[in-house]
Amino acid sequence: MEVRRSAANQLVSIDCRCRFPLHCHFKTDSIAPMNASLFALALMDGVSYAALLFLVALGLTLIFGVMRILNIAHGSLYACGGYFAATLGLVITKFGLPPMLAFPALFVAALLMGVFLGTVLEFALLRRILDKDPILQLLVTFAAFMVLEDLQRMIWGVQPVFVSDVVTQMGTLSVAGVTYTRYQLLVLPAVAVLAFVGLRWFLAGTALGRQVTAVTHHREVATAMGVNTGRVTWLTLTVGGALGALGGALASPTTSFTPGIGAEMMVLSFAVVATGGLGQIGGAAIAALMIGLSRSFAVYLMPEIEVLVPYLIMVGVLLIRPEGLFSAAAARRI
Amino acid sequence: MRLRLLVVVLAVAVLALGLFFPWVKTPVLVALANGLAVSGVIVLIRAGQVSFGNAMFACLAGYGTAFMAREWQLDALLLIALSCVLAALAGAIIGFFIVRYRGIFFGMLNLALSMVLFSVLGKFGAVTGGTDGLRFDRPTLAFVHFEREGFETALLVLALVLSIGAGWVVQRYFASVSGQALAAIKTNETRLEYLGISAKRVFWGGYVLAATLCGLGGSLFALTQGLVTPEMGYWVRSGELVFVAILGGSGHALGAFIGAFVYEFMKLYAAALLTGAWQLVMGLVLIVMVFVAPKGVFGMIERHLRSRSKA
Amino acid sequence: MKLLKTFTSIAVFALSAGLALAQDKPAELKIGITTFISGAASVFGVPAKAAAELLIDDINAKGGIGGVKLSATFIDEGIGGDKMLSEYRRLVQEQGVHTMLSAISSGNCNIVAPVAEDLKVLNVMWDCGTEKVLEDKRYKYVVRTQANATTEMVATVLYLLKTKPNFSTIAVVNQDYAWGRDSWEIFLNTLKAFKPDVKVVAEMFPKLGASDFSTEISRLQALRPDVVLNTSWGGDLDTFVRQASQRGLFSQGATMVLPLAESSLERLGAALPEGVIVGGRGDHYFLHPETKNDPMHKEFVAKFRAKTGAYPIYPTYHMAQALFGLKTGYENAIKANGGKWPSTEQVAEAMRKMEFKAFGRTISMREDGQGLEAQLLGITKRVPQYPFDVMEKMMLVPADLVTTPVGQKSPVWVKAIKADVLKSDRLKMYDFK
Repeated sequence: MEVRRSAANQLVSIDCRCRFPLHCHFKTDSIAPMNASLFALALMDGVSYAALLFLVALGLTLIFGVMRILNIAHGSLYACGGYFAATLGLVITKFGLPPMLAFPALFVAALLMGVFLGTVLEFALLRRILDKDPILQLLVTFAAFMVLEDLQRMIWGVQPVFVSDVVTQMGTLSVAGVTYTRYQLLVLPAVAVLAFVGLRWFLAGTALGRQVTAVTHHREVATAMGVNTGRVTWLTLTVGGALGALGGALASPTTSFTPGIGAEMMVLSFAVVATGGLGQIGGAAIAALMIGLSRSFAVYLMPEIEVLVPYLIMVGVLLIRPEGLFSAAAARRI
Repeated sequence: MRLRLLVVVLAVAVLALGLFFPWVKTPVLVALANGLAVSGVIVLIRAGQVSFGNAMFACLAGYGTAFMAREWQLDALLLIALSCVLAALAGAIIGFFIVRYRGIFFGMLNLALSMVLFSVLGKFGAVTGGTDGLRFDRPTLAFVHFEREGFETALLVLALVLSIGAGWVVQRYFASVSGQALAAIKTNETRLEYLGISAKRVFWGGYVLAATLCGLGGSLFALTQGLVTPEMGYWVRSGELVFVAILGGSGHALGAFIGAFVYEFMKLYAAALLTGAWQLVMGLVLIVMVFVAPKGVFGMIERHLRSRSKA
Repeated sequence: MKLLKTFTSIAVFALSAGLALAQDKPAELKIGITTFISGAASVFGVPAKAAAELLIDDINAKGGIGGVKLSATFIDEGIGGDKMLSEYRRLVQEQGVHTMLSAISSGNCNIVAPVAEDLKVLNVMWDCGTEKVLEDKRYKYVVRTQANATTEMVATVLYLLKTKPNFSTIAVVNQDYAWGRDSWEIFLNTLKAFKPDVKVVAEMFPKLGASDFSTEISRLQALRPDVVLNTSWGGDLDTFVRQASQRGLFSQGATMVLPLAESSLERLGAALPEGVIVGGRGDHYFLHPETKNDPMHKEFVAKFRAKTGAYPIYPTYHMAQALFGLKTGYENAIKANGGKWPSTEQVAEAMRKMEFKAFGRTISMREDGQGLEAQLLGITKRVPQYPFDVMEKMMLVPADLVTTPVGQKSPVWVKAIKADVLKSDRLKMYDFK
């Protein structure tokens, strides 16, 4: 094995003289080391990616907090949210409605999809499995994911779908010689921050929010206290689902939606949720930032490990803090 | 006694099927390999834990088989044995720190580790063949050189023997002290500790067993296909293993194999007859199973056998 | 008595020998086709399936092959390699399928090739590009009716050097799997044979199905390479193009090379700017400069549009090549067999030394089963006739200039390409009309 370093002792490339008749793929780049402007760029890319990840993970962690079920079908909510948002965008163009509506249409799409799918999932499936083995609960959501994958394909077909008017409307701005879209740099993080702040206020400041917190803490005791847990669960599922769908809807102006796009986002949002602590909103935010930033820095510094980074972070955090970054205090049940 | 008879009958039926319909050997071998991996998963399920990363042991063993076949041209029996050792070792090392976790964190950590393995196998193509995987030529089996038909028949017989053996081992383990202690981890772990039994150690033993069984399945799968790819360790594969465990019935090793067969052929025929809607069908079947027969197909059989013996 | 015995035995011998040579014409010619009906690659597999159904109906309407009608069964490659293999074997061993068309995914081609050889069934690789299948091992029953990755990438390098030769730095953003890695390897090694001191400023391999290329695009904007290569397809390519276009990467002055973009031209519409080098893994294009006015081609385009609402893309042309190649192979084998229905071995042999034509230039098949297919590349241009980009300055590269010769391995051969192949007068340029 031959390792080459530059004059500044930077890792330039590693050549594996391998005995297998396959070519060597492991090469790092021979490029200038990170400087201030590249650092700023990596930071901005990471933040906008983290924002989207956070929105999706937020829904997932909320649902888990209240129902103690890891909703594998959450990835489908992301996908359906995105597809539906694209459909609405096409409708707007087709019927010649004012293009200004394109942006609010994204939120409308997310809300509608979240309410619809959330309600269906809640009443058809989740309500009936609350008393079952956790493994069975998990499998039911896995089954729902499979069903939704095919339904999605039947409704929207296999061709990549996208509508990008929203982004082009908002224009671009230039930072350190690099052009970013306003949408990516400003809108996405703004929505994420708003969601975070809004949810925190809701949970701590409103009566309904406090009921949600109560149910998260201990379902039975909350019921005994007179909280309508069924209604709270439904609300959480719709809000959580809407957040997942919002992630998809906000991604749709820049990403082409194809079959299978839900699965990818799902695994990543799991990593975020597990790292941050299940049911923890603050934890999800920090974990999303960690994963988003480390991914974008990896692309600049060591592209080879870019794919591994979210999982390495997850393993690292869980090894040090088994419950995730933040965890709710829970009494041990004897 | 009834159960043993059933096992023998099924084994003979499978062998006969394989001999009369040559094409059936491939899905049957795959089903047996999956069944072996699932029997590992049900060991973990007995402890009340679900791992979303057990496919990594199958994947590791598969790649081990491929490497050794390419480098040293070993006999298939040796390949299987050595790959199992590899999987057991990996299980022991990983299990050492993973048995601290329970519930969703256990599942997630296993998932993360399997995704790390998956990504590494895909990235470092010089050594691992990348996403196309590693191909290897048909090895000798029991030091006899076979053609494809003969090799598959011999492999089928070997797989049946191994499956029956594995099932017996798992059932004996369940009945043993360690197995009973493992089940106590699910019901009340704290009380287990009060009895003076280290829950971690018991769980570690179960984890290593599960890893070995998954490795056995993975090695068999590699030999059937002659090709290993990183897909063998993808998280969806692990999810499928859990799916099969529930479908077949996670209470008994036989359930693992029944589930594997039902799953394999159901997927095959769903894909053939309803091209484009097979995922829908599988998902619906799973939902129905969870509501109607949460103990799986084996649970239904057990109920039937018990009602017959009562009458 | 003895005479009778001898006579009978001779008669029986002659009869059985005759029977062995004369295969009965089957009631129908069953073919099995593997394609992606679910998963990300269904963006290719589903149009290809539509094309197959269309073309088979056509062939049957004109009498079928050698008077026998075709019937096709489809296998979804999306169910996984091992399940696809089970289904493959079930079709061949239980349902008596005569020929298999497999596969789209290179991984699946690797799986089925040795199996087809063992089962002695003719397998036509109709879309997978890996050159390793036919280079690493000599097969009797496996052929490929299209070009391979080496041909495609070498032709791309030639086109780049012919049209925009003044560059010194290059960057790549490819999908992180075998095709993304291998295609870059071939491209770079070929490029180095012509421009040994070209500098690679960045090699980025985002994962397959990535939904965000923001970091990659920022990096490209910061590094400002002269050429950017991206061999992605489907949703990944669409997303990359759109995100790059939104952020102005295309107007930076770099030459973008997208060898698989022909399949995305219609979908991308105005999102793909002018001046981008695109290819289609062969001479596939509904506006092919040499064949767009062929009545057969025009009919196919019209029928395909009527059936699916879109213009045909390269997987559909690959399917056409496979079916027409199969037809020609059978017809040639029938002729060589004196009008009688041929055995699988005879067809497989016939398919190794034939020439046939689909909707592009004539394709000739080699003794190792590899098809020699011309490559078409062009530069995007907006025209008023279509709501999406078309190709202009189209170049057709004959296959024999850019395909690894029989018996040689691609990684070795591309490094030794002679630079004067660029000056060949067989490289024809066409304008959009």
